[in-house]
Amino acid sequence: MTRNFAAWPIILLLTVLSLPLFIMYLFLLVDTFSNTPPGSLLPNEFTLEHWRFLIDPTITGDIWKPTLTTILFSASMMVIVVSVSATAGYALSRLALPFRRFVLSGIMVMHAFPSVTLIIGVFLVLQFAGLYNSLIGVILVKASLMLPFGIWIMKGFYDAVPWEIEMAGVQDGASRFIVWRRIILPQVKPGLLSLALFAFIDGWSEYMLPRILAPSSDFEVLSMYLNTVSDPNSSTYNFNIFKSVGLFYTLPVLALFVLFQNRLMNIFGGGTKG
Amino acid sequence: MQISIRNFTKTFDTTTVIDDMNLTIRDGEMLALLGPSGCGKSTTLFTISGIHRMDKGQLMFGDRDVSGLPSQKRNVGVVFQNYALYPHMNVFENIAFPLTVRKDAKADIDREVRAIAALTHISELLERRPGQLSGGQQQRVALARALVRKPDVLLLDEPLANLDAKLRLEMRSEIRRIQLETGITAVLVTHDQVEAMSMCDRIAIMKKGEIVQIDTPADMYSNPRTSFVAGFLGNPPISFLSGIAMDSAFSIAPIKLRVPLGSRQGIADGTQLKLGIRPEHFGPEGDIAVQGRIAFAETQGRENLYDVALADGSVLRSIQPAGKIWAVGEPVRWHIDSKSVFVFTDDGQRL
Repeated sequence: MTRNFAAWPIILLLTVLSLPLFIMYLFLLVDTFSNTPPGSLLPNEFTLEHWRFLIDPTITGDIWKPTLTTILFSASMMVIVVSVSATAGYALSRLALPFRRFVLSGIMVMHAFPSVTLIIGVFLVLQFAGLYNSLIGVILVKASLMLPFGIWIMKGFYDAVPWEIEMAGVQDGASRFIVWRRIILPQVKPGLLSLALFAFIDGWSEYMLPRILAPSSDFEVLSMYLNTVSDPNSSTYNFNIFKSVGLFYTLPVLALFVLFQNRLMNIFGGGTKG
Repeated sequence: MQISIRNFTKTFDTTTVIDDMNLTIRDGEMLALLGPSGCGKSTTLFTISGIHRMDKGQLMFGDRDVSGLPSQKRNVGVVFQNYALYPHMNVFENIAFPLTVRKDAKADIDREVRAIAALTHISELLERRPGQLSGGQQQRVALARALVRKPDVLLLDEPLANLDAKLRLEMRSEIRRIQLETGITAVLVTHDQVEAMSMCDRIAIMKKGEIVQIDTPADMYSNPRTSFVAGFLGNPPISFLSGIAMDSAFSIAPIKLRVPLGSRQGIADGTQLKLGIRPEHFGPEGDIAVQGRIAFAETQGRENLYDVALADGSVLRSIQPAGKIWAVGEPVRWHIDSKSVFVFTDDGQRL
């Protein structure tokens, strides 16, 4: 193969630039499995003691309950975001709704809005609805904050489905709902899958909302758990354990990325035709 | 089934696309809606299918008024220009879709799909996905899907536009064969006059939302009602000369051309006229001599095509059997067959 330019200078530059990140990750991994004497850079012994928190709740508290809570949190949020976006995106893309343009621009604006600025309003609504300090409340807030993004992405995917396919379905005698479910939905499956992944990962890494909207509740998500572990004033503070918990927390996200990275790229390649 | 459209008016926003149209499609006939783009032919088609609603007027399938019915309740089969096959289903599932929606029994569906696949010659493709088919095969699948629930009328929207030249010829006769074998009433929308003439029993020529003329292909070719119709049909197209009426003849004084108007009487001297001469009625044989020069020559194999420029700059087209070849620039004295010319008023009405 002939090239217009040599690849190695670019690869070298990128290597140098990403080296700090790479070294950081490498040491994170190495430190969780080893002990390093004070003052030294290199570890001197292999150990699994920093992973003991997985089986021994006395070290930092039980980790499995926050893990389950986080899975529940992310999964419910994912279900809400995907189902609402799949239907709302279709409606905005295909149906002659009143105020369609207004709703569309509204969604764009909301997508651009930093969610922190809404927190006081959200707090008041939750308080009023009696959902403050509850897992359901946080899930609803998190899901609705992600909806503008989800709806917009799904609308893009629906827009890319040819109009004739839908009309052919109607002409074949199917109702709009059956056309949507049996003909259109399979066409936007890549979009649904990547949106689901995004929602799950987004929920998994959420820290701020549970912290603010459920400060005194009895549930804890992994990010809050990690925060507790990282408190240097606590009696159980151990930097290597903190690193291990951090790695444990990141693993599912990394795994999802590795498994589905091609699908995730879809969202930027296929469906953002506005 | 006979389809009739009565006093049909369609408006998009503020533009009236079709104004007070009347059209009857006879039972079992194949009718072409022919016209340039934007003439309303597709609008008419999609109104019959139910995708567009009529603003005014009535649509009858036989004795049944279907004007207010949604697409799903009209028994209409549509073949879209890009075929609109369902990409995630294989050919069998595509064709079976209208029947599964109707919740037919599985054995019935299987039998019907195989019968229609045999008719459209795609029996061996049933397991394939649309993406694995050629354009012509996709067209056959689309036809099979449109026909499988035995619709009252089959609508074809530019069915040949996406095919290459050779497949177009093949599918032209195939669509006609399938239409004749099923005896279904069919409407074909096209802007290609060859398609319309070769496939259909009758042609309705449309212009700016109106039907200008509706006739059999042969009648329409030999007896066009306006210069628009005459110009639309025929390949190579007809050529027009502008002149005036003088002493019961069409006349262009500067080049001393006189074509007797014959039986067309009562045209005042000095009236602006247009003379339409088909390429086959202008050549070395004929009765009215015209002096000109070959301006353009095109070899088509069996025939040759010539543009002859007259002294005043107007151009006449001629089609001649291959054999003797005239060179570009060669002066010729050819003849117009005065019995076969069409005379139009300046605004295009036939006299």
